[in-house]
Amino acid sequence: MSTHTLSVLVEDKPGVLARISGLFSRRGYNIQSLAVGPTEEHGISRMTICVSVDEFPLEQVTKQLNKLVNVIKIVELEPTTSVQRELVMLKVRADATVRSQVLEVTQMFRAKVVDVAPDAVTVEATGTADKLSALRRMLEPYGIREIVQSGMVALARGPRAIAANR
Amino acid sequence: MTTARPRPAPRTGAPSEQQDSAAQAGTPGRAAAPRPARVDPTPATGAQSLVRSLEAVGCDVVFGIPGGAILPAYDPLYDSTLVRHILVRHEQGAGHAATGYAQATGRVGVCIATSGPGATNLVTPLADAMLDSVPVVAITGQVGRKMIGTDAFQEADICGITLPITKHNMLVTDPADIPRAITEAFHIASTGRPGPVLVDLPKDVLQAQTTFSWPAEMALPGYRPTTKPHGKQIREAARLIGEARRPVLYVGGGVIKANASAELMELARETGAPVVTTLMARGAFPDSHPQNLGMPGMHGTVAAVAAMQRSDLLIALGARFDDRVTGDLSTFAPDARIVHADIDPAEIGKNRVADVPIVGDAREVIGELTAALRNREGERTDLTSWWNQLNSWRETFPLGYDEPADGTLSPEYVIERIGKIAGPEAIYSAGVGQHQMWAAQFIGYEHPRTWLNSGGAGTMGYGVPAAMGAKVGMPDTTVWCIDGDGCFQMTNQELATCAIEGIPIKVAVINNGNLGMVRQWQTLFYGERYSNTELGTHKHRVPDFVMLAEALGCEGLRCESKDEVDRVIEQAMAINDRPVVIDFTVGADAQVWPMVAAGTGNDQIMAARDIRPLFDDPEAGGADEVVTDIEREQ
Repeated sequence: MSTHTLSVLVEDKPGVLARISGLFSRRGYNIQSLAVGPTEEHGISRMTICVSVDEFPLEQVTKQLNKLVNVIKIVELEPTTSVQRELVMLKVRADATVRSQVLEVTQMFRAKVVDVAPDAVTVEATGTADKLSALRRMLEPYGIREIVQSGMVALARGPRAIAANR
Repeated sequence: MTTARPRPAPRTGAPSEQQDSAAQAGTPGRAAAPRPARVDPTPATGAQSLVRSLEAVGCDVVFGIPGGAILPAYDPLYDSTLVRHILVRHEQGAGHAATGYAQATGRVGVCIATSGPGATNLVTPLADAMLDSVPVVAITGQVGRKMIGTDAFQEADICGITLPITKHNMLVTDPADIPRAITEAFHIASTGRPGPVLVDLPKDVLQAQTTFSWPAEMALPGYRPTTKPHGKQIREAARLIGEARRPVLYVGGGVIKANASAELMELARETGAPVVTTLMARGAFPDSHPQNLGMPGMHGTVAAVAAMQRSDLLIALGARFDDRVTGDLSTFAPDARIVHADIDPAEIGKNRVADVPIVGDAREVIGELTAALRNREGERTDLTSWWNQLNSWRETFPLGYDEPADGTLSPEYVIERIGKIAGPEAIYSAGVGQHQMWAAQFIGYEHPRTWLNSGGAGTMGYGVPAAMGAKVGMPDTTVWCIDGDGCFQMTNQELATCAIEGIPIKVAVINNGNLGMVRQWQTLFYGERYSNTELGTHKHRVPDFVMLAEALGCEGLRCESKDEVDRVIEQAMAINDRPVVIDFTVGADAQVWPMVAAGTGNDQIMAARDIRPLFDDPEAGGADEVVTDIEREQ
């Protein structure tokens, strides 16, 4: 099974998420990551769904998704032709003795410190899943207290846009 | 409640299929209040807006039961002269009646229930309509908006519950949205691949003051069914059909939904190919036509099953390669290329990869295919040797049955006689089980929309309420329900509705005292251990169906021997002022044949117990038989 990224334009209405997630769960597929947000068009939301599924069942799921009345458009985004980003915030144990080392790692990953306390810093980073897990590995020796990570968002490269009205 | 209010007379005059719903203004008696084409915004309650929307959208009958949350809607409904409400005895009956109405007329069937248990009682008929793609709109009451999510009295999240068993559903939270919601519900239910749509209306939305105006603008940016097929795919399909040596037209229920029977006849003439009609498509192509090989699948004819297995090209039209048709998929029609036409893109390639996928309305697809074949250059493939083989299978393994050795009445004979006496102009509904298969096999169907059954869901209890709905939609047509004693006991309370509302259906209870199909499997696959299949309707005569029928306001008849069958059927045919129930007390041991046992391939079809046709050997022409023990086939 391979991971696929679906970019889905939907009407911003109650229950849409349940309809979509239901199509996956009914067939026993686990959604790896999901991000929902507004688009350039009022009343239209974009969902970015990462799911691990074979090519053939994916085609069936995509067709079933297309049948949902609230779904407007579905595009599968390939990793090579799209920009894919996730956001992570890590709360790292860091007192005065190691704080500078933590900040050094943060700078190397072009991450930002968004909160600081006497014995902890919170680091925010965006990037691909690979980059974020590398950052996490580098910070783990200091002690990670808490992690929050967003679902992946992705946009196709090049000038063309996925529009609801096309 | 007063009895002074006159009840709207039942519709008279069978509407033609082509008539659009807006033209269904009802009987001349009700023409005084024509359906509005345009209404400027006028003050109304949500409930009035609902009833006026139903009137404007062309709804002429609703099946339902009132209750707390839907009560506001029943008040303006009481005054409507355009929408007849039929008070059923159970919401399941309302749902199946709406389905039967829709299947018989081609129009949208409507059912109404209150919140909570009223709504959840619609779950089975909605799932049924979903699997058989029937245009049904369900209107449910819901607790007030402020109460939603509080476990209030009679609250159920019916939108959540019916999410996977409706084509679409919606909770209306703004009374101003009611006309749009009803317009959209009818549009979604009846276009594309038809299906059930549920509209959930909180009580305070129905009570609120709003404005009603018509028509309502739909806002469905994500709903655009493809009806026009792609020209390139049509040409490619025509090329394959032209070159095929063993083509089969595999006709499904979509052909009936698309009203494409006339076009199918043209295509059959043009290709000269054999036609098989699935359980959902019985009547789409006349049984009397020499090119019709009958029903394929688990209990299909040997000729239909063998034709598909040996075909080099299956032309699937509005069919979905259901497991009851294909048997084990890996051995289904191994040599066939596939042209698959369906209005639902998700059906194409779902179970069997299509060589030529065609997305479109069956009527347009079939019409364009015929035109493309006519325009096609080159010689036509000679199908003579294919027809020789088909005819040999048909002659060697015709549908048939043996008279029971114990002298009991044969259920197949009863059903065959009903079909002969009531004729192909009548409408037949069935429950689910042996009697359903026999009714599909031994009644000759000549017209679409004359065979109504629960194909996909296999809903026992479908027969009586569906016949009721069909009779309401087609009041001048004789409607027979062929039911089993098990099925009949699930929904027979709707006969009270039929008796009181003046819906004179005829019910033939094929009473074998058992859950017959389950018993057949126990005979074949469970060593004749009859665990919990005997119903006692023979041994104890509980219930006594004649007395039950009479208690429900129907004429009750009984028939126990072959020489009474015709007389009793004719007696039932002569009664038109009330419903009739006939208890046909038949033997318990009759079985449905042919049969492809579940999980086996279609090549393993048994023409009868211990008789397996060999259609592998072209020299033998299918005439050889082997004796095997079906238990060992498992």
